[in-house]
Amino acid sequence: MMCLAVPYTIVEIFDDGSARAESGGVEVEIRLDLIEDPAVGDTVLVHAGFAIQKLDRGESEEMIALWKELNEAAEASVARV
Amino acid sequence: MPESDLKAPREGPANIEALRGKLSEYLECAGRPLTFMEVCGTHTVAIFRSGLRSLLPEGLRVLSGPGCPVCVTDQSEIDMALSLAKRDCVVLTYGDMLRVPGSSGSLLKMKGEGAAVEVVTSAIQSMEIARKNPEREVVFLGVGFETTAPATAVTLQQARRNGLDNFSVLCLHKTVPAALSALCSNPDLRIDGFILPGHVTVVTGLDEYAFLTKKLRRAAAVAGFEPEEILACMTDLARQVAERDFRLSVWRLKDVPIEGNPAARRILSEVFEPCDARWRGLGVIAGSGCRIAEPYGEFDAVRKFGLDPAEDVVDNGCRCGEVLSGLISPPECELFGRVCTPLAPVGPCMVSSEGTCGAWYRYHQ
Repeated sequence: MMCLAVPYTIVEIFDDGSARAESGGVEVEIRLDLIEDPAVGDTVLVHAGFAIQKLDRGESEEMIALWKELNEAAEASVARV
Repeated sequence: MPESDLKAPREGPANIEALRGKLSEYLECAGRPLTFMEVCGTHTVAIFRSGLRSLLPEGLRVLSGPGCPVCVTDQSEIDMALSLAKRDCVVLTYGDMLRVPGSSGSLLKMKGEGAAVEVVTSAIQSMEIARKNPEREVVFLGVGFETTAPATAVTLQQARRNGLDNFSVLCLHKTVPAALSALCSNPDLRIDGFILPGHVTVVTGLDEYAFLTKKLRRAAAVAGFEPEEILACMTDLARQVAERDFRLSVWRLKDVPIEGNPAARRILSEVFEPCDARWRGLGVIAGSGCRIAEPYGEFDAVRKFGLDPAEDVVDNGCRCGEVLSGLISPPECELFGRVCTPLAPVGPCMVSSEGTCGAWYRYHQ
């Protein structure tokens, strides 16, 4: 499906701008033409066979942690009422 | 975009119940029922699947707009693809397009009758196929919004570099902002706020949508695909209306680059130029299409084969156009669920799993 984007992790980069990438144990060939300085180990958002964005794993993990905290705080405030 | 126009999420997604309370408060402040529209097939499905629709407070209507590229591809465009298959071209397409009806059948039907119609998952594969079949004319159907258009653009660059003379693209790509602008000018439709598509803004950046808040004074915000993100987005849309404080905001777990993807934007502007495009049910929208620019003209299937999109459409009772512009919901169409089902779709909104009718059929019945 063209409209679906999936995060993949780059496993191997080839000279022609393509790469091998993995997600959930499935390996596919993707193109790297649209992102800058791709590196093995990068997690990228893939749309119709092309990486369109690098995903900063550390940053998103940090955000998830922050959100969890906020959730707990919100739940605590609800519990107090 | 000036920094001040962008508000970081203020309280994160919090929990669903808290967000819902806030949304109700803002709706009350707004003092009238509000209508929001999402314009992304993945949002359509996410909203249905999560049951979010049943949680929405009274006085809020959420419409699914023209967010599914399969659905907005016009019958006349499918007819051009069918005519290529009839000419003995090898027609390569993303799988979603196979069952979309033209005025005389679909690509799938033609494939069944022996036409060379093949599915690819990436535009770049079509070049390989062209290279391996030098004696055949190979045509790729470029369909989709700003997320898939760069893939087509890169493929055209590669085709030119490799001097492929048996390869061309039927370019049907469309851009989202122009369609939203057209919807806003429809007097029958009063949309108070837009839930903007996450992945499209990854490519375009947010600037392209600033006209919604600044010029048209509509609420607009980007949402990811988690229920909390979508609900948080709706809450901020209601806040924007209630406080008459129209500013784009982002409600998305993964960071959206504000400036979009510079490489993709550069390639898009080099390979394509804006043109008027016909959207299914919405008619011609000025500047909403991508035409292959001159340096790549020899790879334009429309020019190569002298294709001419027919203006007449065959009326089969399908009301996808009204569904796409939010004027009716799927069950209001006489065909929905009776003649038109996912197994035997009459219109494109039922074909695609991300189409409004398809999602409605799966999750509402």
